[in-house]
Amino acid sequence: MRRNAWFELLRTGVAIAAALIIGFIVTSLVSESPAEAFGYFLKGPFTSIRRFGSFLEAAVPLTFTGLAVSLVFSAGQFNMGAEGQFFIGAVAATAAGIFLDLPPVIHTVACLAAGMVAGAIGGFIPGILKARWNASELVASLMLNYVFLKLGMYLITYHLRDPSAGALVSLPLKESSWLPQFTRTTKLHAGVFVMFLVVFACYYFLYRTSKGYEARMTGQNISFARYSGIPVLKVMLLIQVLGGAVAGLGGAVEMLGIYRRFQWQASPGYGFDGVIIAILARNNPLLVPLAAVFLAYLRVGADVMAMYADVSAEMVSIIQAVIILLVTAEAFLAGYRHRLTLKEVKQRASAS
Amino acid sequence: MRAQAQPQATDPILLMKGITKVYPNGLVANSNVTFEVRKGEIHALVGENGAGKTTLMKVLFGLEKPDEGSIFIKGEEVRISSPNDAIRYGVGMVHQHFMLAPSLTVAENIVLGAEPRKGIWFDRKRAEQVCKELSEKYGLHAEPAAKIKDVPVGIRQRVEILKALMRGSDILVLDEPTAVLTPQETDELFEALKSLKAMGHTIIFISHKLREVKELSDRVTVLRSGKVIGTRDTDQVTVEEISRMMVGRDVVLKPMRPKATGTRGEVRLLAKNLNLVQDGTQVLKDVTLQVRAGEILGIAGVEGNGQVELAEVITGLSPCDSGEIWVCGQDATGKSPGEIRDMGLSHIPQDRMIFGVASNASISENLISTRYDKRPVSNGFSLDIKAVAKLGQDLISRFGIKASSAQQAVGTLSGGNIQKVVIAREFSTEPKVIIANQPTRGIDIGATESVHKYLVDATESGTAVLLVSADLTEVMSLSNRLIVMYEGQVVAYFDEVQGLEEEEIGLYMLGLKRQEPDEVTASMMGRPVE
Amino acid sequence: MHPLLRAVFSASFAASILRVTTPVLFASLGAVVADLSGVVNIALEGMMLISALMGVIASAFTGSAWVGFLAGVASGILMGLVLGYFHLKLKTNVILAGIALNLLAAEGTVFLLYAVAHDKGVSSSLPSKVMPEIQIPIIKDIPVIGAIIGKQNVLTYLALIAVVMIYLFLYKTSFGLRLRAVGENPDAADSVGISVHKVQFIALALSGALAGMGGVHLSMGYVSWFSRNMTSGRGFIALAAKALGRNHPIGAFLASLLFGFTDALSNYMQSLRVPGEFIQMIPYVVTLVVLAVYSGRQLKSGRSSNE
Repeated sequence: MRRNAWFELLRTGVAIAAALIIGFIVTSLVSESPAEAFGYFLKGPFTSIRRFGSFLEAAVPLTFTGLAVSLVFSAGQFNMGAEGQFFIGAVAATAAGIFLDLPPVIHTVACLAAGMVAGAIGGFIPGILKARWNASELVASLMLNYVFLKLGMYLITYHLRDPSAGALVSLPLKESSWLPQFTRTTKLHAGVFVMFLVVFACYYFLYRTSKGYEARMTGQNISFARYSGIPVLKVMLLIQVLGGAVAGLGGAVEMLGIYRRFQWQASPGYGFDGVIIAILARNNPLLVPLAAVFLAYLRVGADVMAMYADVSAEMVSIIQAVIILLVTAEAFLAGYRHRLTLKEVKQRASAS
Repeated sequence: MRAQAQPQATDPILLMKGITKVYPNGLVANSNVTFEVRKGEIHALVGENGAGKTTLMKVLFGLEKPDEGSIFIKGEEVRISSPNDAIRYGVGMVHQHFMLAPSLTVAENIVLGAEPRKGIWFDRKRAEQVCKELSEKYGLHAEPAAKIKDVPVGIRQRVEILKALMRGSDILVLDEPTAVLTPQETDELFEALKSLKAMGHTIIFISHKLREVKELSDRVTVLRSGKVIGTRDTDQVTVEEISRMMVGRDVVLKPMRPKATGTRGEVRLLAKNLNLVQDGTQVLKDVTLQVRAGEILGIAGVEGNGQVELAEVITGLSPCDSGEIWVCGQDATGKSPGEIRDMGLSHIPQDRMIFGVASNASISENLISTRYDKRPVSNGFSLDIKAVAKLGQDLISRFGIKASSAQQAVGTLSGGNIQKVVIAREFSTEPKVIIANQPTRGIDIGATESVHKYLVDATESGTAVLLVSADLTEVMSLSNRLIVMYEGQVVAYFDEVQGLEEEEIGLYMLGLKRQEPDEVTASMMGRPVE
Repeated sequence: MHPLLRAVFSASFAASILRVTTPVLFASLGAVVADLSGVVNIALEGMMLISALMGVIASAFTGSAWVGFLAGVASGILMGLVLGYFHLKLKTNVILAGIALNLLAAEGTVFLLYAVAHDKGVSSSLPSKVMPEIQIPIIKDIPVIGAIIGKQNVLTYLALIAVVMIYLFLYKTSFGLRLRAVGENPDAADSVGISVHKVQFIALALSGALAGMGGVHLSMGYVSWFSRNMTSGRGFIALAAKALGRNHPIGAFLASLLFGFTDALSNYMQSLRVPGEFIQMIPYVVTLVVLAVYSGRQLKSGRSSNE
């Protein structure tokens, strides 16, 4: 057991190192001064308090989508819907923040609930299609991402738009709905507490409740789960709804804590980053914030690099792709593991 | 430098020397195995399940890479790193699980990998011609244009043999070829193998059925726990001697069936007129049966005659088209597996790695899969981690599961211990009915004995057991009553199993003989069914 | 008659169906080939996107549309081989590997576009070429039919030919026999000395080549520039078309036509007074509905329990 955990850590480390090396090679292909550009990328998030703050801020939405994906992956589902759920959750929270008239804390809670419900609906649709009709949740959730993007933009454009603003943005959210920010220098906000609450809730759910047990066993071996009497279809549906709710909540927190008026024109991409985070965290909710911080670090570093050097921030996608590919590659370093096992068996044999 | 094989008077056509194979999970499947086969002989390779026979043959066929050792064919050292190499050196293999593509035809499967062609096009006519010629030459008939999924198991096996022969194999390896055959099909296979031997082919025959080994082979090599125990001329040893070499002690070959109680118990499991059509074939046809408290009802039959489907229908894993199922007086028709389990049913599934366990989960997680929402493990919402751990500890010691702790992943255990995990879970919930489907498949004799003991003990304390097994000896010696299934139908019922001949049952298993359906039902139910 | 209905029954509408079907059709054939060899290729979306960009760049730098076409196809093949390397050699879960490649393509193309054209949105500053339209002599003069298939982009004709070619390849050649055997029972193929990995590599390369042609059609036929995320889910729609077409090239063709129809319809509806966002939703909603209805039907007839 311990050997395995150690090996996984080693493999993740080597994968990240390899990805960074490949990232550097690509940088040097397009940059006049690659070392300087890559320096900005690696050191960028630590160069000022504001950047350090924005790097921690960025970890918050990533933690939510990472948790959402971890939940559905734990149950063996390939739901790629976190992207659309996060987006529609943000739209729903925006609407609730603009139209509802409630006292401060209650208003915030209502907006968060609106985001959760919207996200949960986003999980329910592919979930019910899968459970009732066995439709691939992968394709369904990808289609739904587009539907939610268009639906969200329609709502913003036709019902929530601020006509006095020059750009296509929504009306500002009422102040009673805001999650307070801690300082003036960074936008770090009270959503962090919500985040930690959800991290522990997800962990508790997966490892300490009967429903969570059902979900994990369904993910481990669905035939075994069915045979054992676990209602696997209900479990799939439940986990998709929960995952959707967490992603939607993430969108709401982002609106109430950072933006306070809706201003995205396209999907911000947190959902797909959630997949990488879930993979790095091995679907363990307690590890998700760590992985999210790492990914936020990559993202902010890339932004700093794009600002000060001649390399665009999308370079980071190459690093991300290599990390997914290598961390999930079962045979990556497997030869090393096999030699290790062989050695151990021989030692055991000669000892006895 | 490696030593060259010494040429011998009796010409070894194959020599495997010092083969060691360790699997990634640390299992040592072969440890310094040296195995020698002479030209033109039928050489039996025997050993308990898990002794390393299949691994050794996979090494020979290039499907597994050995960690140490070398292979010599006709005196030459060869490197076999893929089946292609093996085929080139004249080694052909008939695998335990047939290597056939079900939607392709017999001819397509036979020529696959060496297809006749016209330019880039596949020459179907020529392929069927080749297939027909081969069938005639070796007396192994199979219809070239039939799809594999439409032909019976015996024919599929012939296709496998023809496949190897078409590729010019002179060393033919058969991995437990009789496991899925009826006694009559087995006889036909043995005739074919003997005539192949007469034509000069060398045959390696893997088995753990010693009677067959004695009947067929010239020499026998015994493996135990990955090591060679010895090689003997078959006519120089007795079955008892071979069996001692296999297990290191005398084996009680026949388990004892549970003592029948004087009075008949209540009906615990009742299936009435079950029908099921899958992919256009009727896999269950008017199946009616009942099992009473305190008895084992055995189901004999060649695999693939509806036993698996019957078990799945009864346990709620798949729906039936028509019919009724009653468990302990409750209507279980169309209910989910969980609901049926709540009526008091336990199920030992045929394929433990697919249904029986989640191999990456821990032993205790596997043990609670049928009671994770019930006391004491759970209060209905949250799990009681201490209670889970305690249950794990208790069952591990009560059922003698060999593991380092209850946290160990099930997949790292041996086959027998994995089955013990399944047995521990299924027997410890005080079931009223147990469906045991191939409960001893692929596990060693020690584990088999304990599984038999648990079944018998449970039955004697009042549980109703439905036992499905392809091992005719097992099902005949354990059952109080016996039915035979053929093509989805119950074709025979025996109220008394003692004194029945295996050959007699074989006739029913093959469909050569059958009792009147109404009679079967009437005598099983003890009275006409309403 | 309502103008929209009149438009739908016109020959030019039918011609536009073929036009918008082309990229999805290529990709769905790619999905069929990969799937029959036993590999689910969800990287089609990313393959199309990268090929669309590489075609534009290569044609802009060489001044030849055909060199652009070849570059696009070559990048599709390369992507197929990369997917094959990770899935087959390094045992990466094929879905996750596909996700990684799609992510790489989505942002990697923007990265590359910026490096080449210093623009993160469209490639209009690049002098890229388009694949030619062809008139088929006699057919173009036949009424109605001539208007529909008489004059189309060369890639549209290539897509139609590809349907037949892929059918013959899969069901009439010996390699096709091996490919299907590998997909159905890889151990069986392996045991007769067929290199399963080699067959799957070739299938993935072919799948990538087909997706690549679809991508080239998008940026060098359908329109004449590359824009970020211009595939907008067509690679995933192709997966739905494959499933709907029962893993058969002809079936995939018919399913692609259905999606082409909704796509063309949504283009025609732009003129109506309906918010554009709703119209743009149509192809995705139709895919969802069709997927659900079809999977449901299959579930009933096949009785497939959960995997």
